[in-house]
Amino acid sequence: MAKTKSAMRRKETMYGYIFVMPWIIGFLAFTAGPLLFSLFASFTNYNITSQMDFVGTENYQGLFTEDGLFWTSLWNTLYYVLFSVPLTTIGAIFLSALLNQDVPGIRVFRTLYYLPAVLSGVGVYLLWMQLLDPGTGMINLVLGWFGIDGPNWLFDPAWTKPSLIFMKLWSVGGAMLLYLASMQGVSKTLYEAAEIDGANTFRKFFHITLPMITPVIFFDVVTSLIGGFQIFQEAYVMSSNGEGGPANSLLFYNLYMWRQAFENFNMGYAMAMSWILFIIVFILTMINLKLAPRWVHYEGGDNR
Amino acid sequence: MLRLINFVLLAAGSLMILSPLWWMFSTSLKTMAEVMSFPPTFFPESWNWSNYIRTWEAAPFTQYTINTLVITTLVVIGNVLSNSFIAYGFAKIPFRGRNVLFAIVLATMMIPGFVTLIPQYVLFAKLGWVNTYYPLIVPAFFGSAFNIFLLRQFYMTIPNELIEAAKMEGASHFYIWRKIGLPLTKPAIATVAIFSFNGAWNDFLGPLLYLNDENLYTLQIGLQVFKGQLNTQWNYLMAGSLLVLLPVIIIFFFFQKYFIQGINLQSGGK
Repeated sequence: MAKTKSAMRRKETMYGYIFVMPWIIGFLAFTAGPLLFSLFASFTNYNITSQMDFVGTENYQGLFTEDGLFWTSLWNTLYYVLFSVPLTTIGAIFLSALLNQDVPGIRVFRTLYYLPAVLSGVGVYLLWMQLLDPGTGMINLVLGWFGIDGPNWLFDPAWTKPSLIFMKLWSVGGAMLLYLASMQGVSKTLYEAAEIDGANTFRKFFHITLPMITPVIFFDVVTSLIGGFQIFQEAYVMSSNGEGGPANSLLFYNLYMWRQAFENFNMGYAMAMSWILFIIVFILTMINLKLAPRWVHYEGGDNR
Repeated sequence: MLRLINFVLLAAGSLMILSPLWWMFSTSLKTMAEVMSFPPTFFPESWNWSNYIRTWEAAPFTQYTINTLVITTLVVIGNVLSNSFIAYGFAKIPFRGRNVLFAIVLATMMIPGFVTLIPQYVLFAKLGWVNTYYPLIVPAFFGSAFNIFLLRQFYMTIPNELIEAAKMEGASHFYIWRKIGLPLTKPAIATVAIFSFNGAWNDFLGPLLYLNDENLYTLQIGLQVFKGQLNTQWNYLMAGSLLVLLPVIIIFFFFQKYFIQGINLQSGGK
């Protein structure tokens, strides 16, 4: 009996590995292998064509001490993350609170607000370039109705990053849906109890809804932080010639890395950049994880 | 009273959501003179549907559409097959090392794409795959963490007794996956299919990196090239952008049920 049991378990293990084999192969070929190669190459002067010479920490030192554009791109990226993450999070929560109410046409509203989240790619970026055009675009036209003289948006270095943040806010529907789903999961009895105590809508929102959805807020903040640091396509399409202009104001970290890797073919240098980014994102994620127990509320009080 | 304020806020917001799309449509029908006129107009003076024909003819868009469809179809097939197969293994076959491997699956979700992008390019360049569709299609057949996670969640809801009963009848795991797993996880598979369609259709970085030959271009890259050529001819640009977005919009309206299901699962199946 024991023998057949262990034979069966071995058979299951064999089947298990057959089933997950595609992932294992993919992981080794497209993730683990590249990661190791990238870490090694970041200490070389690799440029695809010539041989690879070990240069020690030269790439890293160069980035930190000599490369002004590295700091510019890091600053641009931090600026973008610092504003876009809180704004989109608060926007998405506010929106989902509105959409969580019983209002005529609520289903239509929910569908409409989600629509921009599925629209991405060059078409949308081109649309926003036209909307933000200072002379012929819609946004300054509408601002003009209110007597506001709109800025030059993508042509003015002070407004380029805010422009991309506005664009991001438009497609807040994906996060909104996450929040909506979690708000609908909040137990009705909590609200009923609060009503008996005479709590109004705002008290109910701040004392019940908001604490109950903190796990989702946490998930959304962490993922949008990671996503925000990787902004690339928007800047590539919407900055002049894909170079990150005007005045390098849209030269985000990944865009600069892209230029180093695929325009200058400084592959080793670019891979050093990618590891610095990896470490920054990793540390920020860890800080988030550490801080989470202080404000993230899990049902049953199990704060782990 | 609060309900009224809520409705007014939502209605006002809807205008903000929809007006960019209206502007896109409206601009696509204007003449170039009207696009350049100041102040700009909300409604086109004349509806120049011929803009669409001109746009389509200004670049080899038919070719780009075929290329994009080929890539997208294969990516969707690859994603559906591989992820549902792998997820079945993680959810329904108890094997040694399963938990460790699944933890690695989840961990890979945290690696920024750019860290592996450059070495992957080097790998595909060495394989001679630059300027082919292989780098865009082949990885889809090896599963992706997010989809494995999503489908595993669905497989977990299938009772183990069902699998055990089938095994008693002498069915292999391949048979169970095909005859029980696939049919019972249809909604999740639809979600994966739609997300992969959107991802592949909108993919810009992959084609930008790997395709140099204009005959191989996808729509996303085609639009980008177009932007440089016609510079500020916004009417044609908007017509082209709208045409490229149209399939995504249509799919969204037909399958929004699945979009919502897929997203809900992201929040931990609450």
